[in-house]
Amino acid sequence: MPRAKTIVLNINGQRRRGTFPAHRTLLEALRELGYIDVKRGCEKGDCGACAVLIDGEAADSCLTLAWTAEGRAIMTVSGLGGADAPHPLQEAFTAHGAVQCGYCTPGLIIASESLLRQTENPTDDDIRRALSGNLCRCTGYAKVFEAVKEVSRRRAAGGEK
Amino acid sequence: MSEFEAQAPAKPNVAWKQIGQPLERTDARGKAEGTTRYAGDYTMPNMLHAKVLRSTLASATLRRLDMGKARALPGVACVLTAADLPDRLAPTDIPGQTGQQRQKTDQQILARDRIRYFGEPLALIAAETSDLAEQALALAEVELEPLAGVFDPIEAMKPGAPVVQGENNVVAAQKIRKGDLAKGFAEADLVIENAFRTQFIEHAFLEPEVGLAWIDENRVINIRVSTQVIEHFRYVADALGVPHNRVRIMGAPVGGGFGGKEDVTVEIYLALLTRATGRPVRLEYSREESLVGHGKRHPFIMSYRTGVRKDGRITALEAKFIADAGAYVFLSPYVLLYAAVAAPGPYRVDNLFVDAKAVATNNMYTSAFRGFGAAQACIGYEQQMDEVAKALGMDRLEFRRRNYLRTGDRISTDVPIRSAVWTERCAEQAWAALGEVSKASGPIKIGRGIAAYQQSYGRITWLHDTSEGWVGVEVDGTVIVRSGVTDIGAGQGSALAQIVAEVLGVTLKDVVVYNSDSAVTPLAGTTTATRALYMTGNAIKLAAEAVRERLVARAAKALGVEPDQVEMMSSRVFIAEHPDKSLSFSDLVKLCAAEGIHRSELAMFRAPFTDRIDPETGRGQVHPDYTFGAHAVEVAVDTETGEITVLKSVGAHDVGQAINPAAVEGQIEGGAVQGQGYALSEELIYREGRLMTPSFSEYLIPTAMDVPPVRSIILESRSGLGPFGAKGIGEPALTAVAPAIANAVADAIGVRVSDLPITPEKVVNALRRQRSKDGPTSR
Repeated sequence: MPRAKTIVLNINGQRRRGTFPAHRTLLEALRELGYIDVKRGCEKGDCGACAVLIDGEAADSCLTLAWTAEGRAIMTVSGLGGADAPHPLQEAFTAHGAVQCGYCTPGLIIASESLLRQTENPTDDDIRRALSGNLCRCTGYAKVFEAVKEVSRRRAAGGEK
Repeated sequence: MSEFEAQAPAKPNVAWKQIGQPLERTDARGKAEGTTRYAGDYTMPNMLHAKVLRSTLASATLRRLDMGKARALPGVACVLTAADLPDRLAPTDIPGQTGQQRQKTDQQILARDRIRYFGEPLALIAAETSDLAEQALALAEVELEPLAGVFDPIEAMKPGAPVVQGENNVVAAQKIRKGDLAKGFAEADLVIENAFRTQFIEHAFLEPEVGLAWIDENRVINIRVSTQVIEHFRYVADALGVPHNRVRIMGAPVGGGFGGKEDVTVEIYLALLTRATGRPVRLEYSREESLVGHGKRHPFIMSYRTGVRKDGRITALEAKFIADAGAYVFLSPYVLLYAAVAAPGPYRVDNLFVDAKAVATNNMYTSAFRGFGAAQACIGYEQQMDEVAKALGMDRLEFRRRNYLRTGDRISTDVPIRSAVWTERCAEQAWAALGEVSKASGPIKIGRGIAAYQQSYGRITWLHDTSEGWVGVEVDGTVIVRSGVTDIGAGQGSALAQIVAEVLGVTLKDVVVYNSDSAVTPLAGTTTATRALYMTGNAIKLAAEAVRERLVARAAKALGVEPDQVEMMSSRVFIAEHPDKSLSFSDLVKLCAAEGIHRSELAMFRAPFTDRIDPETGRGQVHPDYTFGAHAVEVAVDTETGEITVLKSVGAHDVGQAINPAAVEGQIEGGAVQGQGYALSEELIYREGRLMTPSFSEYLIPTAMDVPPVRSIILESRSGLGPFGAKGIGEPALTAVAPAIANAVADAIGVRVSDLPITPEKVVNALRRQRSKDGPTSR
């Protein structure tokens, strides 16, 4: 068996301990630890379904080895918000009908949040570029763009965190 | 009243409060917050992990398969090969609840001797971990002896070609003979002939195939799986040789289907492994395995010959289709039937001849894909319509206008169309919505294209489709819906909640839908064929109306009026003319509960049932009804690089009645982008049957960078057979997109690339050929 190591991951603000071999990806590790909101789409970095925030920036967890994520802040879509306190992007995606089968949605929300943290008032082109690593086969992206723009507008107006 | 005629619009509950509103879908929040459990999100204690060993050749004899080393690997619990299985086959014909006799197209579960396609399963492995199962795969000793294969349907029809299926590889044929073709061509002033080709394409749902199976205390094999069809439990049972009631399939929200999860995927493998081990077993495909392992869209070779008078009236049409069925039959006969029926498109053609064949090859088998043959036909007939208009020197829309089918006209199979046919209205509005023409500059040429379509909703009428659904009210005034329907992402469940909320005068949040469990929820049929809203929506509406009738009768007594004076709205029950005289919905339900009044209903909706069509003429009813509409686009083509940019995209569809317009827009926007991929970038490339494009970096679906603004125009004739006069929009949203783009590119550059996808390379080559042809005269 490949050598396994016990590591501590900081996931959604909680310290979680797990024992993983060197080749275990962060995607696999997160799902093993119960974070089923991180979706497995291609395991090659082509589709973005598994995107998480690592130190505030979107990354494909399938291209990140679990060991290398130690000591970094990992945020999944369920860490952004939930039923009691939904994140503005979660609300906007729902309200704009940007969710269909929903399998790409966690990754799209993570990529959108990453963009909005880095870029104030992103242009349409900024949004397209930021989401270009996240494939969606249902929506055609139109309502996704609308949702992101709405949240960006509200943030610029100072109404949101 | 004929059952093909739309029901009278439901009596509005005061005014419709829920139907036609762009409400937040009931399933959206959980998906956005990451709490929704898909089939792959379930695990069980003591669970094994499975892998499938697949063939590395497309045409071969399996000389030796030694799994000894794999079996001996510590941690491997089970290895199954064909030798370990009873001599049973996997059914592949007509998925779902139909009682019709299946055709003899069953497939071997694991290859025994003969291998017919690249990736054909040879063995199943279950191990303690996924890593161990993977290691065991590598220990398999496989000896394959290559056999001559055939990879082109035209080659496969030639005498002496390797035989993949049947006697001569022709696995299905469909004829349509209407009117007098020779007479029609004799009346023509002009005869135009063209050929068009389409490619293998991939559904590219984001969630790869996945499932988990276990055996319960009743010796029932339970399978939780990502599927469009929970009623495959019967096929799984047949494949294993167990009674139908010993297999239970539970769906989960499906991470995209598009027809790719219509056939059985992992279910039989899971059932075999859990039966062999007595332990829960989980199997998920990698993306590459998904791309290799499920059926594709049929490539079509289409020749069209159209006779037309100078006034633009079509006098005759001859269409010949050859579809690549790949290595197994699956749904090819039905795909071919849909294509044949759709061959003339939404146009009146009195003299029609269609010959369609599906031919087996050693390519990947082909089966269901959104549009189901009718989409391929549209790529043929709509490009042909543009070519005929061009030859006539007539405006493209005007030429179409002179030929559109109207209500009462007889379609290809010589039966009248009974619902509204708003093709013209859709086409005109889509075209107008393109607005001002964008500016061409230098090498960038601008072009526009339109395509109209006719696409069925509901299954083939001789399959006699049915759907059952249950509605019940709780004493606190909340509502439960039970329906076997699978939700593949279009909001199938949410639409049911909306219908029930409308009928019972409650809000969407008062309704919970339980769905897709073959043992527990009433069997609703498949989520395929644009039938879910039509069939299941009608069943649930019937059930809700029956409950409403009993509640209203009791309320009338309480309020001292006749039942027809009672209304229900916002969870209140009141006298229509005296809204202040009311009681709460929950008090009414409590009253009914106390008196033993039945507060629930199980209803069945039956689609119209016809005999099979005449095999020689194709005459007869094939589908319950059709959706009509059009798609228009504007493109920019860089004549130096061949690059195509879609600038504007407009879908206009008569959906009968939009239950949730936001969801309808979602279908149109998604269809526009899927169709764009079909036209421009998507192609599964097979070399000697081997897939050369097994990832999303080689198989290119449109990204956020590639899509234009999409405008949706929703028209509502309220003439459909679905609930509240709805038609269907799932498949129709896609059908006309690719031909509209092909027509726009031809409009931009003045030459047609007649085989999809229209890649930059093909554009540049077409321009080069055009220049060398024009050279001597134009320069």
